[in-house]
Amino acid sequence: MKRLVVDPIRCDAFGYCAELAPELIHLDEWGYPVVERAITKGDRDLVTMIIKACPRRALLLIED
Amino acid sequence: MSQAPSELRLLAGANDGPGLAAHLNRFGPMPTVEGKRPERVARLHGLIESSGLLGRGGSGVPAVWKFDFLARTNKPVIVVNCMEGEPASSKDAVLATRAPHLVLDGAAILAETLHAARVVVAVADDADPTASAFAAAIDERRDWRTAEIERPPARYIAGEESALVNWLHRGASLPTFRPTKPSYVTIRGREALVHNAETLAQLALIARFGASWFREAGTTAHPGTSLVTVRGGVHQPGVLEWNPGGSLERLIDAAGGLTDGFGGALIGGYGGSFVGPQHLQATMSHEGLSALGATFGPGIVVVLPASQCPVAEMARLVRYMAGESAGQCGPCAFGLPALARDLELLASAKTSHVRVDQLHARMAEIDGRGACRHPDGVVRLLRSGLAHFDQHVASHQQRGACAAAQQPTVFPFPASRRPR
Repeated sequence: MKRLVVDPIRCDAFGYCAELAPELIHLDEWGYPVVERAITKGDRDLVTMIIKACPRRALLLIED
Repeated sequence: MSQAPSELRLLAGANDGPGLAAHLNRFGPMPTVEGKRPERVARLHGLIESSGLLGRGGSGVPAVWKFDFLARTNKPVIVVNCMEGEPASSKDAVLATRAPHLVLDGAAILAETLHAARVVVAVADDADPTASAFAAAIDERRDWRTAEIERPPARYIAGEESALVNWLHRGASLPTFRPTKPSYVTIRGREALVHNAETLAQLALIARFGASWFREAGTTAHPGTSLVTVRGGVHQPGVLEWNPGGSLERLIDAAGGLTDGFGGALIGGYGGSFVGPQHLQATMSHEGLSALGATFGPGIVVVLPASQCPVAEMARLVRYMAGESAGQCGPCAFGLPALARDLELLASAKTSHVRVDQLHARMAEIDGRGACRHPDGVVRLLRSGLAHFDQHVASHQQRGACAAAQQPTVFPFPASRRPR
């Protein structure tokens, strides 16, 4: 399974990802997203949605 | 062929001066690189691997990993990292002024083996003696004049591998995000092989005298000698060529002994870790320190005198490191100043507002969340300090600042960015 990562340089703390996927992402005290767990097949639609929603294109799926 | 050096290796006979003739007289000529590229690569791979050489820039990873990763690339750029971004380190300056040809020999064997496009020696723009020492050495080498000296800005982060390569690539001294490891760093389309100056100098000795000679010093896991800058509460601060495996106490003795008792030490630079007053017998090697949860890093030891306030010192270090963030990543740009504020409060006033568990919670949200390891280093430093100086921290919380908190710092900081 791929890994969901935040590019911390691109990210500008818009927070859309945590708004749309609170079960996957929480915001730190400065509003920057933390991916809480590894993603599973069941998360696929949600992950696609938040990747598209990010105005900074800061969410990436990485193949390890 | 000259004799293989024994006690001192990198710094052997350095009183004869840094010139090429003295260098050749001291160490003999480098073996020539012969054969087709696959043979050259296989030979150098075998040599580096059997030597067990670890990168001397702080990571302590086997040098052969980087070599193998770059071994198939076409005309890479060899980058000699002499940025010395750690304010407490002086080893790059010492190598430059005492054994510059050893560093260049190491770069040359890599360049010839891998058919490098060019060799770049990166020296911070405030380190003129280092740059002119390398310029003079390059000028002396009639056989090999392809090295260029570049002068990135003198900032802590500028020597971080991706920031250095980014500066060489497009003039921006900013780390880049590399989510997959290992990853290439490139300069205008060419892969870069970045090595710390000491790593290359060690490679030049290994090429001359062999892997088993190299392993005669140090430990199985940390072979060869290692340059260590010792500062703070010692009588003779400076750069030593250290035989890994000895105790911290022996290292301090080699630096003239303690000036004012032993209150602990910061090892591995400002992104390294503290050891406590009980750790005078700590084994000074990568594996000896990692057994204590500490790191050897790029070979830096700052001794804390027993009279010094560790809380005030941590506050200064974290404030400095916060100021050295490249400011690209939120958790680092906001998190480090927040930690610095907490520590300054803890250092200066009786306060129940700063709780150790809250500091740990904040650090957990910062650790691992930057593009580079800058914030992780600060977290490592602070976690180790809170662990080893817990009683002093508790006394600040209960009784307010100690008298020692006002004393000047024992840590060197660049003049323009010295914390209060």
